[in-house]
Amino acid sequence: MKPRTRRFAWIGAGLAALGVAAALVLNAFQSNLVFFFTPSQVAAKDAPQGRAFRIGGMVEAGSLKREPNSLTVSFMVTDTAKTIPVTYTGLLPDLFKEGKGVVAQGSLGADGVFHATEVLAKHDENYMPPEAKAAVDAAQKGMTMKSLHESSPRGRAP
Amino acid sequence: MIPELGHFALILALLVAIVQGTLPLLGAAKGDSRLMALARPAARAQGLLVALAFGCLAWSFISNDFSVQNVTSNSNSQLPLQYRFAATWGSHEGSLLLWTLMLGGWSIAVTLFSRNLPTAMLARVVSVMGLVSVGFLSFLLFTSNPFERLIPAAAEGRDLNPLLQDPGMVFHPPVLYMGYVGFSVAFAFAIAALIGGRLDATWARWSRPWTTVAWSFLTIGIALGSGWAYYTLGWGGWWFWDPVENASFMPWLTGTALIHSLAVTEKRGAFKSWTVLLAIIAFSLSLVGTFLVRSGVLTSVHAFATDPARGTFILLFLAVVIGGSLALFAWRASNVGLGGAFGAVSRESMLLANNILLIVAMASVLLGTLYPLFLDALNLGKISVGPPYFDAVFYPLMAPAAFLMGIGPIARWNKAPLPELWTRLRWALGVAAVSALLLPFALGRWSPLIAFGLFLALWIFASTVAGLRARLVNTQRGNLIASLRANSPSYYGMLIAHLGIGVFIVGVTLVKGYEVERDVRLDVGESISVGGYDFKFLGVAPGPGPNYRALTGTFEVRKDDRLIETLHPEKRVYNASGQAMTIAAIDTRVAGDIYVSLGEPVAAPDAIAGPWSVRVYLKPFVDWIWSGAFLMALGGFLAVSDRRYRIAVRSRVSAAMGHAASASAAAD
Repeated sequence: MKPRTRRFAWIGAGLAALGVAAALVLNAFQSNLVFFFTPSQVAAKDAPQGRAFRIGGMVEAGSLKREPNSLTVSFMVTDTAKTIPVTYTGLLPDLFKEGKGVVAQGSLGADGVFHATEVLAKHDENYMPPEAKAAVDAAQKGMTMKSLHESSPRGRAP
Repeated sequence: MIPELGHFALILALLVAIVQGTLPLLGAAKGDSRLMALARPAARAQGLLVALAFGCLAWSFISNDFSVQNVTSNSNSQLPLQYRFAATWGSHEGSLLLWTLMLGGWSIAVTLFSRNLPTAMLARVVSVMGLVSVGFLSFLLFTSNPFERLIPAAAEGRDLNPLLQDPGMVFHPPVLYMGYVGFSVAFAFAIAALIGGRLDATWARWSRPWTTVAWSFLTIGIALGSGWAYYTLGWGGWWFWDPVENASFMPWLTGTALIHSLAVTEKRGAFKSWTVLLAIIAFSLSLVGTFLVRSGVLTSVHAFATDPARGTFILLFLAVVIGGSLALFAWRASNVGLGGAFGAVSRESMLLANNILLIVAMASVLLGTLYPLFLDALNLGKISVGPPYFDAVFYPLMAPAAFLMGIGPIARWNKAPLPELWTRLRWALGVAAVSALLLPFALGRWSPLIAFGLFLALWIFASTVAGLRARLVNTQRGNLIASLRANSPSYYGMLIAHLGIGVFIVGVTLVKGYEVERDVRLDVGESISVGGYDFKFLGVAPGPGPNYRALTGTFEVRKDDRLIETLHPEKRVYNASGQAMTIAAIDTRVAGDIYVSLGEPVAAPDAIAGPWSVRVYLKPFVDWIWSGAFLMALGGFLAVSDRRYRIAVRSRVSAAMGHAASASAAAD
């Protein structure tokens, strides 16, 4: 091979490798984005059925219930306007408390119950998960479900 | 008085840093040796002033001076002494001061260990570090003063976040910052080479040890953070692809590419521009990482909006450093030159492939980390990118890199004939493949991913042995000891670091493949059997701690009816903040960890005598993950101990001085 042909072969191989890598990355990226919805948006049926997403808000005081003899818990997540029932099986994080902010990841069942696979409550006790705060702020600013729905299909926070 | 003294020392440090950042650079441009001679004393004075300021802040924390805002927000009089000291860098302001302190330390180290550097080179390197210091000191003084007084003084502090009250957290930030900031030396060398317009093997030999040391510290720092997450967060995970972790991992990936690229530049004079670019990227990512974690932008991008001065300063500083150095690179890179040519199959081409894979991996981590922030900042919605994305991208990119690690060290420079490689490596390949296929049966369950992971690890081990054997045959010295001694510490450093990767891969593969995680509800006296071990729950008893109340559980672990360990996981509630914290109990064995942590009382929130929710985990070979990281760092430190970085530089120094003098005369 002449040096020039070889150089082109190298550049071609490099570009092909980069192309494959880019395709791999973008494909994985596309299928692993997790969107966020507020309880109001979930109530308005903006959230997808059968695909995982996150909801956030406050754990309603007095709503935490445990099933006897298992680790399944249920509680209500509210943004002060709408409330969504959530179930979760497993250990709740240290910072999970009634009346405090929470973010849960999971999917919405046909019965309207959010089945969480993961409950997130991190950092310190004064910390409010940004998503939870955004959900409550959105509801409290008196934004109707309709205007939220119109302004963004994807859980926009003001 | 002490806080004011610290504040005053910081102001003086800024003034000295301005001198350090400008005059020696000017001197190098003009060939004025008096101005260049300012570099050493200025860097030392600046470092000492920052150390004084840091000492003052640490003193305020240790002596519980609650008239300082920073102390009140991040400490408490009940806090044990070591955590009061560690609280010095527990806040945004304190951690930036620690960063600046490290920068001062590295600058002083450069002035001490570079007696053989040409004066113009040293002047430029020290000046560039001084300019970085100017940025950090003004950020501290103008937007984040750690010595801000609180009037009237508070009676008691708010406490350090309990998550940080842990021995791991005393060491993790300083070691991590040693790594981050250490890349500033490589960066300064790169910028100095661009300004001076000359980059040769001697330059690479100068910057290599600094880069390797920084990389080793960063490796240990990341491992400490990962270990801390494993035992304090109570979930038994060792890596979450959390933005905070990614922020430290991106400089590591780039730094790994850089130390390999530097090797090529030193030995073969190739990859010159690429090396310079990597040094710039590694340091830029260190800066981005520091600010990502410390500015609060991860908790909310709108944190910037509440404190516009800080946000604007950070963005401006990043733009100046990254944009400026890239612009300089675009302008001057042609002077540096690309370097020599090499064959399609050669050690150079394999190291190039390694570099490309590492940088693509870094870019994919960057995408997953920053994209959600961009969307949020532009109010386009809130999304998160979870571990599945990073797993799907990272492992396929790193697998070929791990495979190349077996071939690269054996391949010849310039041109490596394939038949020769095959002859040398066929046994290693065969042994690795056969054992990897069979081992999972012995371990209990066969799966293609476990076999593949084991293959990569065994391939690294076997090819390392094959490479060492070939080396020893070549350096025939009569007996084995003499042959071993004939090879350089840097060669053994490389071997050990590569073995560390193999050990790490074993840990990751076996933990992912064979871990058992059971979340259960246990009544007092009840037992559960997990993976051949019986765990008996004997109840929970309350007790006091230095600044918290603890609930301590007792578990007896039996195997074949023989008591092998009694574990005491804890649940703590901190007095000052009322925050709860889980401390897992871990029994570490060579074959893995037995991990138990307490959830909460399930019958009623206060019924601690009743049934509890409990995590019972078996983590086979998990400690190999951190052992691997420590081996990598050990390899790095060993490589730096190589005599050639001291003696060879000295013997070349007269020639290099001649070069540098004529080069700077030509360039300026």
